[in-house]
Amino acid sequence: MLKNSRKKLISLIAFSAALGFGALEAKTLTFTSFGGAYQTSQREAYLKPFTAKTGIKINEASYDGESGKIIAMVNAGRTVWDVIDMEQSEANRLCEEGYLEPIDWDSMGDKDRFIAAGINECGVGSIVYSYVIGYDGDKIKDGPTTIQDFWNLKKWPGKRGLRKNPKSTLEFALVADGVSLKDVYKVLGTDAGLRRAFKKLDQIKDQVIWWSSGAQSAQILSDGEVAMTSAYNGRIFNANRDEGKNFKTVWDAHLMEIEVLVVPKGSKNKKEAMDFIRFASTPKQQAEQTKYIPYGPIVKDAIAFVSDDMKPNLPTYAVNLAKGRMMDPEFWNENGEYINERFQSWLLR
Amino acid sequence: MSTKNLQLNDSLDLLEDRKHLKKALRNAEKRSRLRSLGLTAPLVVFLLIFFALPVVYMLFYSVYTPQVKEYLPRFHEALQEDNAVIPGEEVFQLLAKDMRSSKKAHTLARALKLFRQQDIPLWRLLKKTSRKLPRQEVVSMKAWFIQHNQAWGKAETWADIRSIGSVFTPFYLTKTLDYKYSASRGLQRVEEEERLYVKVLLNTFGISMMVTLIALCLAFPVAYLIAHTKPKTANMLMILVLLPFWTSLLVRTYAWIVILQREGLVNQILLSTGLIDAPLEMMHNRFGVYVTMVHILLPFMLLPIYSVMQAIPDSYVKAALNLGANPAQAFFRIYLPLTLPGVAAGSLLVFILSLGYYITPTLVGGAKETMVSMLIAERVNVFLNWSLAGALGVMLFIATLLIAVVGRRFLAAGTMGSQ
Repeated sequence: MLKNSRKKLISLIAFSAALGFGALEAKTLTFTSFGGAYQTSQREAYLKPFTAKTGIKINEASYDGESGKIIAMVNAGRTVWDVIDMEQSEANRLCEEGYLEPIDWDSMGDKDRFIAAGINECGVGSIVYSYVIGYDGDKIKDGPTTIQDFWNLKKWPGKRGLRKNPKSTLEFALVADGVSLKDVYKVLGTDAGLRRAFKKLDQIKDQVIWWSSGAQSAQILSDGEVAMTSAYNGRIFNANRDEGKNFKTVWDAHLMEIEVLVVPKGSKNKKEAMDFIRFASTPKQQAEQTKYIPYGPIVKDAIAFVSDDMKPNLPTYAVNLAKGRMMDPEFWNENGEYINERFQSWLLR
Repeated sequence: MSTKNLQLNDSLDLLEDRKHLKKALRNAEKRSRLRSLGLTAPLVVFLLIFFALPVVYMLFYSVYTPQVKEYLPRFHEALQEDNAVIPGEEVFQLLAKDMRSSKKAHTLARALKLFRQQDIPLWRLLKKTSRKLPRQEVVSMKAWFIQHNQAWGKAETWADIRSIGSVFTPFYLTKTLDYKYSASRGLQRVEEEERLYVKVLLNTFGISMMVTLIALCLAFPVAYLIAHTKPKTANMLMILVLLPFWTSLLVRTYAWIVILQREGLVNQILLSTGLIDAPLEMMHNRFGVYVTMVHILLPFMLLPIYSVMQAIPDSYVKAALNLGANPAQAFFRIYLPLTLPGVAAGSLLVFILSLGYYITPTLVGGAKETMVSMLIAERVNVFLNWSLAGALGVMLFIATLLIAVVGRRFLAAGTMGSQ
């Protein structure tokens, strides 16, 4: 009896030890992104296929783009995230400050495969998303078509939704005031240009409802809080697909931004992380992601694999692409904090 | 043996006993002190590590900026030793050297960030220069710098570099008062368009004060009712008060959004009954913030007032009435002063909790409802500007401390009055 139980114990210990070593043996990556529908699209298009192909398990984490967390991790020497999805401007800033691993671009295959903006020292472009104007097609029949229309309170009365952040808001204001998309950052970089943007915003200030999170932008539109709002193009699309809404997208002067995949300094699985990023930049996987969310692939060849239904919803679809521009990550990197103070101060006035 | 002797013996024994007793008592007291110390020790250690330490850390980092010393060390040291208005060749040499090596180590941007936060033109100068540094040996690095940009030969440039590069700076603290400190221009109030932090601090105090006041006006009568009604009804009412208290803050905030929004519950009812023609604006403004915050914080006001009211014997008011006071007099001169400790405790609690509010004003507030915690979070999360976040924290901390001290005085006075 006693012998038996001892045997059992020993085999139990051996078994758990084997389990423990097994876990050590198989590499596990930790992938961090913004959660929600976006991370779901990444899970389906990249994480699951990668695990199926390589046997490398992937844990997931979510964040709201707080780079402070990454800095704290790297400084403490305990980098537990291996691949992180990040805004391009943010990635460039962290790269410059030495918190990210530089990308070995030779291992990523032909650079020409990517849209130029997707190639960064520490970040491989993943998708293009856009700030657009959205409105409810069920409530407004003859809807706005230009960014100037957003300011037209006479023809389209009602509240307006804008991001409680100078980024995107000030660009829209300047374009509505007649600045060409091409020159937006040149004008915004001067004090006179900044004042001009605020002056334009003054025209609708008392009608604006400010949103802070992407979810909120779609929410205020579906709740009828606003007649039209700036929003991420994916949010507008998802409200239509998932909630049966009839939201319309105004692509005029849309502002594109890039999400990149990065590897933080000190990742213990650097090699596997880079392998994952390479896998995530293959045309097929990139096209796969558009099945779940209408963000544009960075890899040029991917568009060939995208279904025709989905194409018009992508910022990088030729017709849409011609109407917008890339945001200038460098500009916001340099001036973001100062302009943010001016913006907040303006809000309180 | 006389009885007298016996008595004396007895009393001597008694004295001895008393001495023993005293000693035993002292020992017991000592033990119980030690025991209570041991019992509170975990909490004290916990508070020290997770509360006091971070606070001190935050206070310290609002003035401590070692980045230049850390990432451009040789330059920093040489600059300390060179007291000339425009430093000599060696400083320029070491600046170029340190810039090159820190660029390689990816730490230059960390040092330069300080300049971006404090003086954008100076930051641009440093950044541009660091990109253009000559690859080959030059005869005089100083001459090269000045030729590259004349600003390098100006006294103000170097005064500012010295001040921003120093390990301690008042910059972030003064910034929270909308004053900009620079070595070359001294302390200057920032332009109208840039003034932000004082407004937000005042805003925060204004909102907190109003929330406290409204909560007090609403909680006082309810507390009175609960304290003076039948136990059964009181229990029922208490549950009604506490029920929302146990619901998550976020859930309650969203519930208010559903109720208050343009096509929300209240507006739909009012519109359908024809009381109003156009929906009322009850959200994305001050009103929405007050309603939501008061609702969330009400129990913190109600419970202390209730507990004090419950302890006030009915006989006091009855005595006052019996001695000829009219009901109003009895209430204002007897009852109300007795409730003051509860009122003070509740108000203090609600006010201080309001000061740190963050999620609620973000969700139901409009542009003008920015509170200081929102700015602090943004400085930390988005701009990674720990110094400014720390400085804002310092301001909030000092203000809260002041209010707590004044509040305690009031509390003490109230308690004394009631005695």
